[in-house]
Amino acid sequence: MKKERIAFSKFKYDILLLGVLLAAGTFIFLFALFNGQGGTYVRVKVDGKITAEYSLKENRTVTLNGKNGINVLVIENGEAYISEADCPDKLCVRQGKINMNGQSVICLPHKTVIEITGEKQSDKSDIDIIVN
Amino acid sequence: MNKKNKINVKKISVYGMITALAVVLSWLEAQIPPFFPVPGMKIGLTNIIVIIALYKMGSGSAMAVNVLRIVLVSFLFGGPSALLYSLSGGMLSTLVMILLKKTGRLKEISVSIAGGIFHNVGQILIAVLVMNTTSILWYLAVLWFTGAASGALIGLLGYMLVKRLPDRLFG
Repeated sequence: MKKERIAFSKFKYDILLLGVLLAAGTFIFLFALFNGQGGTYVRVKVDGKITAEYSLKENRTVTLNGKNGINVLVIENGEAYISEADCPDKLCVRQGKINMNGQSVICLPHKTVIEITGEKQSDKSDIDIIVN
Repeated sequence: MNKKNKINVKKISVYGMITALAVVLSWLEAQIPPFFPVPGMKIGLTNIIVIIALYKMGSGSAMAVNVLRIVLVSFLFGGPSALLYSLSGGMLSTLVMILLKKTGRLKEISVSIAGGIFHNVGQILIAVLVMNTTSILWYLAVLWFTGAASGALIGLLGYMLVKRLPDRLFG
């Protein structure tokens, strides 16, 4: 009994630190979860600039010209995903389908981001939109 | 004079050896195909070296070895964008580990877990700046926990090595 108490107090600060880290992680997870609902638009960003926005409700297939290559974006039944890419790791293809607000598929080599949003950026400002 | 020179020679060899080991581990890790479709999810083998440097050679050495390793690896295998991500993640995690170790009250494993998490936090911060998107929050949530898991594994390995490696090796 006494031995256990000594062992516990030796790790007091470790347990405190891990508790704080776990709580922070859970908070971020829940925040991401509750922020992600009812996406209506698919926004495409290349190198930080919005290049296109599509409705999530209409099915379509688009070829995106990224910085160093292409990604094929498919919007189907309210979900968006990358079906093909010419990058070496194909991580963007394997990231799967997204449909919730704030979710995204990211292709680092092509600096391309596909994200789901609630409203169109073009409704709010006069950013140039290039639709392929 | 003579003695000072001797110490410097030893220091140089140890730094070179440790940095070389870190570079090799980086290369080795790059050969492992990604298990999960989440970019940035790694075991972080090189962190073993950072932990050894931190506990055997001191804070400054740990930072120096890690920064050197990242620059070397980026020039050898990666590109300039890889350098940016690795540097931000590596420097933030090393800084966090240095500060936590300085409290003197934490075990190596806890220090390493925090390091693993903040390595990912650093990378995501740069991704937010580079990609100009905040929708990356999902990744932070996932990478927070995977970083903790790999940090725990590496911390355990690092702790074993720190305990077994003799101090005289490091001068």
